[in-house]
Amino acid sequence: MSVGAKLSEVLAAGQPVADHHPWPRTLATAEIWQELLQGLAGGAWTLLGLWGEPSMVHLALIDADGVLGVASLPCPDGRFPSVGRRHPPAQRLERSIADLLGLQAIDAPDVRPWLDHGRWPVTHPLGTASGSPRALAPYTFLPTEGESLHQIPVGPVHAGIIEPGHFRFTANGEAVVRLEERLGYVHKGIETLLSGLSIEQAARLVGRVSGDSTVAYALAFARAVEAATVTVIPERAHWLRALMAELERLANHCGDIGAICNDAAFALMLAHCSLLRERVLRVSATCFGHRLLMDGIVPGGVKLDLAPEAIPAVRELISEFRRRFPPLVDLYDNTASLQNRTVSTGFVRPTLIKQFGCGGVIGRAGGRAFDARRQPGYPPYDQLEFVPPLLTDSDVNARIWVRIHEVEQSLALIEQILQGLPTGAVNVEIQRSGEICEGMALVEGFRGDVMVWLRLNADGTVARCHPRDPSWFQWPLLEAAIENNIVADFPLCNKSFNCSYSGHDL
Amino acid sequence: MRKLLFQNLLRLPLTVAAPPPSATALAELAAKVDQSARRRLGRSLAIREVDAGSCNGCELEIHALNNPFYDLERFGFHFVASPRHADVLLVTGPVTANMREGLERTYRATPDPKWVVAVGDCGRDGGVFAGSYACVGGVSAVIPVDLHISGCPPNPMQLLEGLLALLQVA
Repeated sequence: MSVGAKLSEVLAAGQPVADHHPWPRTLATAEIWQELLQGLAGGAWTLLGLWGEPSMVHLALIDADGVLGVASLPCPDGRFPSVGRRHPPAQRLERSIADLLGLQAIDAPDVRPWLDHGRWPVTHPLGTASGSPRALAPYTFLPTEGESLHQIPVGPVHAGIIEPGHFRFTANGEAVVRLEERLGYVHKGIETLLSGLSIEQAARLVGRVSGDSTVAYALAFARAVEAATVTVIPERAHWLRALMAELERLANHCGDIGAICNDAAFALMLAHCSLLRERVLRVSATCFGHRLLMDGIVPGGVKLDLAPEAIPAVRELISEFRRRFPPLVDLYDNTASLQNRTVSTGFVRPTLIKQFGCGGVIGRAGGRAFDARRQPGYPPYDQLEFVPPLLTDSDVNARIWVRIHEVEQSLALIEQILQGLPTGAVNVEIQRSGEICEGMALVEGFRGDVMVWLRLNADGTVARCHPRDPSWFQWPLLEAAIENNIVADFPLCNKSFNCSYSGHDL
Repeated sequence: MRKLLFQNLLRLPLTVAAPPPSATALAELAAKVDQSARRRLGRSLAIREVDAGSCNGCELEIHALNNPFYDLERFGFHFVASPRHADVLLVTGPVTANMREGLERTYRATPDPKWVVAVGDCGRDGGVFAGSYACVGGVSAVIPVDLHISGCPPNPMQLLEGLLALLQVA
């Protein structure tokens, strides 16, 4: 690859696929594939997703200018040159492709199964789906060598009200030498279920990939459908969607700030933050009829317009936040015993954050300014004023502060939305062209960028849909964050990441 | 911090009045709960939450039970970290194939007498995930269930109604 080559130029060398919106998809040759991997390894662009179909793998990328593209490599013999060999963030995605489809990454550095624990009644459920469980040897964790090391296995059933997953700690006394995650416990076969569903059914299911991000997923799915079918939705729908997205961000950030402090044994913050979170959920129910806003966003717009009592309720919520939130920020800022736990704990090197394309709060606390609302951007955020907060300390403290700033910013965004909310219809029928079409979308959830790619059949049903959670590129960094921290700080680090198990396991 | 704490002393509590126990839940339980179990457990129940494959929506609302509005502990319920300490398993999700053994082991680790409450539409029959190769489909397909609380997800009041029914059965 020549120095300074652009992603769009590399992709343009391949054969473009018709009816893929809004960004191009290219059928890649082996040479183009290698060039793309080289660009990934060299940091010229960032991995957005890697997923497969029975005889093809798709690679989604974004370059520094915010230009997106998808490259598709046919693999008729069931093999493709490993992305993970050149670019480690792709490794778990490749292991999942091998589990779900049976496609093998050539020279892959890690060929252990990932989602398949040998307990499904089928092998390769998304591929040829042979009717018997895969016979798997017991899972081998990576070796650790050294004197006085001991292992602590944790999970899949955890001690709190949280999702299941397994953590294998190797510790030397108090200090963690290595953490290895094993996930896949909540794999529900969502991608297989999605194939063949109507758009309406699929929207409901995608809205339950990760319940805490239901707005972000529903939005990404709706935008992908609208892109594929070239449907233009009413302006008011865009603004109402943004209102939902900011309410979701507000609720989750409040919950997280409280929960992180609680994991440092500072329960007072949890009590007050959970109060604010509850207020947001109640206002959400008043506005759109569901506390978590599930099924509020539908392809074509939003399901229901705002209830008449909604706008005063939102204004009251904002003024309550303005009264109650600043004292909590002061409390956090002035409690030395709490800061003692959070400052410099769970540090992640910014180079790793950049390499993994780690988005959301974790990225923005570690110097990566990416926010899908800004780049590639989508309405109505192009008409709203905001600058995503950016910190560089990359520790638990920085992740709390980014959340604090984003709470303040979401309040300001909601005020702007109420101010500028256009009138008119809130949904339209999806255009049915009767042709096979493809679409994708990237939206900013509270956790980071959620991607949805889909292909619709000529009859309008879903042929294939791949939702990609931001956690794919965050979970691996948790392993890095805990290194050399004490075991007792793991809950703190983990909560400051708050990755999704369900969104990752699919 | 002192100012915040002091204000809390002066302010009226936010906690909502207790809802009546759900009639349908009472009917479901009446048939199942043993009198002697009721006497031995009394009015203080320790709950172990088990996510057996949920989308995490149910977990969010179960968490909300602990906030100042719903204040679950006033009824004698509290969440515990180990099934060994639990009287009630609160199970969410369509029970994924990968979590089946985890759920079975948790159930076996819980001392008798014990109750199982399946939360959410997924916990009842798999919900939107029913029919997947990766889901067993409903908690009762794996362990005996004493009470179902429906909803996607059930809101905290619905959860409270169901759990209070557990205390009412006598």
